[in-house]
Amino acid sequence: MDWAYLAAGIGAGLVVIGGGLGIGKLASSAMEATGRQPEATNDIRTSMIIAAALIEGISLFGLVITILLALK
Amino acid sequence: MFLAEVVNVAEKSVEKAEEASSGFIIHHVMDNYKLFGVFPMPRIHLFGIDFSITNHVGFLFIAAIIVFILFSRMAKAYQKSLVPSGFNNLLEILVVFIRDDVVKPTLGEGYEKFLPYLLTVFFFILTANLLGLVPYGSTATGDIAVTAGLATISFIVIQAAGMIKNGVFGFFKGLIPHGIPVWITPIMFIIEILGIFTKPFALAIRLFANMTAGHVVIFSLIGLIFILHTLWVSPVSVGFALFIYLLEILVAFIQAYIFTILTSLFIGMAVHQEH
Repeated sequence: MDWAYLAAGIGAGLVVIGGGLGIGKLASSAMEATGRQPEATNDIRTSMIIAAALIEGISLFGLVITILLALK
Repeated sequence: MFLAEVVNVAEKSVEKAEEASSGFIIHHVMDNYKLFGVFPMPRIHLFGIDFSITNHVGFLFIAAIIVFILFSRMAKAYQKSLVPSGFNNLLEILVVFIRDDVVKPTLGEGYEKFLPYLLTVFFFILTANLLGLVPYGSTATGDIAVTAGLATISFIVIQAAGMIKNGVFGFFKGLIPHGIPVWITPIMFIIEILGIFTKPFALAIRLFANMTAGHVVIFSLIGLIFILHTLWVSPVSVGFALFIYLLEILVAFIQAYIFTILTSLFIGMAVHQEH
């Protein structure tokens, strides 16, 4: 019984849920802030990209571990 | 070391995965001993460490040569006139963007000393990422060893900058923020010391995982045609793969930018230690 593959699959799904929720919340507040004050669009966009890359970095930690699990 | 174990597991899994249908993907994404996948290169073993010229090492050299040629020509062109022309225009836009919107706000005062290193890091990572998208090219930064090397150099620059500016003892004293109760100080000290090591580690993993994940997705989508043994899935497959390819170009730029801005932020936090 190769439980490692099942674990890798479930793990990848959980990682995607976490990353998607985090970045979705971030994008929603960025849209709201841009709608409220269109002159700050550039600053908001820069901060949004930085925050998105950091959140994606964390979700890719989990992804690396699931890849190691699936390949072992 | 942990990194050696990761590389070991990865190498063993390469041999195991060669038999599986994912062997194609693994073989193309990981390092192999032939340049461009075709020309066998010399293997050099010195002092028990493997120094052979592999695919990724060859592309590291190509990226370094490209960056060096582009920027030495640009520097020479600046001696004739301050207004650039041709391709130097594009490079000047990027250089001024990094200086004014990335390094100056995050590093604060004294940013000119670190500007050469940060510009080099940005353009080298950008060139290495973009070279991986060219046909028959391989991403040099899609290797944990390369990104760990870049993160180690950033780590050395951050610590050296902080220690030269504040003195070795003053640097460690300045790690603890002001205005906290006295009994928390040992825990804060441990957390800050851990933070010194986890931040460059996250830099390395973020760049490596972003670059490798994109390529694995593209190979998986195209490989779907072979796994399902049918040709009718190919419009969907190729369409999605094209979309992910364009996204990969964006991710190449964004990851180089993120590495640069985070390194400059950490240098700023180490040099100006007032919380």
